[in-house]
Amino acid sequence: MADFDTPTLKGFIETPRVKPGVMAHSKPYAAAPEHQAALGFPGELVDDWQDKAIDKFGDLLGKSRALQVYMDSCVKCGACTDKCHYFLGTGDPKNMPVARQDLMRKVYRRYFTFTGKYMPWLVGAEDLTKEVLDDWYSYFHQCSQCRRCSVYCPYGIDTAEISMAAREIMDHVGKGQKYCNEIIGKVHDIGNNLGLPEKALRATLEDLEEEIEEDTGVAVRLPLNEAGADVLLITPSADFFAEPHVDGLIGYAKVFHASGTSWTLSSYASEAANFAMFIGSTEQMTEICERIRKAAEDLGVKRIVVGECGHAWRVAYNFWNTLAGPFDFLDPNYPVPQHICEFTHDLIQEGRLKFDKSENDHMTVTFHDSCNVARASRMGEEPGGQFRYPREIIKAVCNNFVDMAADTIHENTFCCGGGGGLLTDDLMEIRVKGAQPRMEALNRVVEDHGVTHMAAICAICKTQFSKVMPMYGFGMDKIVGVHQLLSNAIILDSGDQEEQETDPEISDTPREGTENE
Amino acid sequence: MATVFAILLYTATAVLVVGITLKIRQYSKTPAPLKIPTTPAPTTSGGVVFRMIREVAFFESLFKASKWTWLFGYLFHAGLLLVLLRHLRYFTNPVWDWVVLIQPFGIYAGFAMVIGLAGLWGRRLLVDRVRYISGPSDHLMLALLAAIGLSGLGMKYLASTDIIQLKAFALGLLRFDWQPLPEHPLLLLHLGLVATLLIVFPFSKLLHAPGVFFSPTRNQVDNPREKRHLAAWQKAAVSRSGGD
Repeated sequence: MADFDTPTLKGFIETPRVKPGVMAHSKPYAAAPEHQAALGFPGELVDDWQDKAIDKFGDLLGKSRALQVYMDSCVKCGACTDKCHYFLGTGDPKNMPVARQDLMRKVYRRYFTFTGKYMPWLVGAEDLTKEVLDDWYSYFHQCSQCRRCSVYCPYGIDTAEISMAAREIMDHVGKGQKYCNEIIGKVHDIGNNLGLPEKALRATLEDLEEEIEEDTGVAVRLPLNEAGADVLLITPSADFFAEPHVDGLIGYAKVFHASGTSWTLSSYASEAANFAMFIGSTEQMTEICERIRKAAEDLGVKRIVVGECGHAWRVAYNFWNTLAGPFDFLDPNYPVPQHICEFTHDLIQEGRLKFDKSENDHMTVTFHDSCNVARASRMGEEPGGQFRYPREIIKAVCNNFVDMAADTIHENTFCCGGGGGLLTDDLMEIRVKGAQPRMEALNRVVEDHGVTHMAAICAICKTQFSKVMPMYGFGMDKIVGVHQLLSNAIILDSGDQEEQETDPEISDTPREGTENE
Repeated sequence: MATVFAILLYTATAVLVVGITLKIRQYSKTPAPLKIPTTPAPTTSGGVVFRMIREVAFFESLFKASKWTWLFGYLFHAGLLLVLLRHLRYFTNPVWDWVVLIQPFGIYAGFAMVIGLAGLWGRRLLVDRVRYISGPSDHLMLALLAAIGLSGLGMKYLASTDIIQLKAFALGLLRFDWQPLPEHPLLLLHLGLVATLLIVFPFSKLLHAPGVFFSPTRNQVDNPREKRHLAAWQKAAVSRSGGD
């Protein structure tokens, strides 16, 4: 890792002058041959990598309308140039979305278009040389696939689609990224990103049960592999051990307890995260989704609820039905899947959860919209529910809430800097610099409104912020989960009521009519 | 000369039509394997149509992104549209009433179009980020469009051509009954550049025009939980019996 200085906060988000090449040195560790092999990718750069890469490129163009249309449509209008947090934090022009896309587009033009074949100088077409491949490896691992650029592009060009395709091509010629590929292998082997086996998971959950009982005097269960439960909770494995994530898991458990919902975790599918999306591999993504489907079938649950995780919610909400559906064996009265915030929000609406909001009076909270939730999913029936639900939960459990500036929240939200498979120490510089726009926005409400904590509903955001916030002068405990806030404030029934059987038929409310399609 | 230009314009039109048709066919035949609308997105097809109208008619996303680019881009595109409609008077006889009605606006639109192009070009030259991403083809495209606009305005204000004769030529093209073309340097330049634009269209970034309608982030309905989305090749690849 190169030495670097954490940017100083200026009090506003400034668009830097372009500084060519300043981040060219940033690249992640390469995947070891065994990590590559586990996913069916070549262990190292293959001899005829150039031909293989172009073949794969052609294959993807034929399989993805987005890629094909986005390769053709960019007019270089510049709308996206000041939208990427990595550009704003570094000034490296190849971190402008259009320039990042052009790393791939110039190769597209050279091999797949008339003008690029015969007049490459005119349209900036280039051969796929080793230098270009190295640039791909560097700059397509400086994209967190947050889709902020796609909000502003007049054609909706989504750099995430392009960086996923680039990573997929690189994997196929043996140039994979260690962090993502190693983790995906662990999920295939053990069931979660951490490689946490069933025994360790069970012990962790038992410890948490003890901890909750000590804190509250109420026996709240965290069941594992309980066949016949109503709800299967699929949550990012960081929730099992990382801070502040684990406090969110305690929050979910308390919500299930307080609502009398029978639920379970699965050791076979003990991971909501799906890093296969980051490397653009539909095959790997499908395999991970299938684990969840199998767990749900084996346990005989009626519903699946997904914990606080941004990209996992994108995969669950948008892709599960396509890749591992149809989920017709689940209760059709509920959306498949359901976000834990939807689950909790509905209970709050019905008045079925009781809170002592004063428990959070020492905090003034703001909310960081996680990119994949904000720009690639929904909660509830109405567009934009993904912004409303978590805020309404916070407001229900906390007296002091302040939003950050409008151009930094909702669909305009800035990535935490660690999404898209970049949450690894070998990419610390780009992570810290990419966090700058969010830190500026946070700093503004800290100074103007005395905000003390920032809440998020994404495991990556939580890990990233607890790491980089101290570098910007904020405490590492200033990042909290929404269900962590809820956990502080929720009033639980005393222990003797815990054993009462609640009729599952009335324990939850069906969703309102969704038959509008 | 009339024959040369007649052949040129027929060829250019053919290249445009065939080229765009092939591209549209390619776009529509390429599957969109996953649901990727940029949210918040409409939850109904009607909503998607409305979103697309806002995008195409008002450049909604560009407006969010950059007010200057939006202003210049909108001036150019709206100007171009009016100018094109104004040109219908050369291809209709008698001229349709509404085309008569918009004639004076078409003149202003010609200026708006050129001013818009100048603004867009200014950004390319003056804003360091946009300068960085601009290549030869980007500048040439602006030059081509500006030259078309200026040669057109030149014929209106500096050296007019015989538009009666020109109209006869244009109608002749439509009826396959070739008429002489006024041998006016600005006119020949204007027509030559227009033919170039038509030919370049399907091979260039001008494909953004059909492309926007096929952009999955903009044209997909946000309903993945309610309706299972499957592309053709997935129907074969994802089989329930497969499992893991």
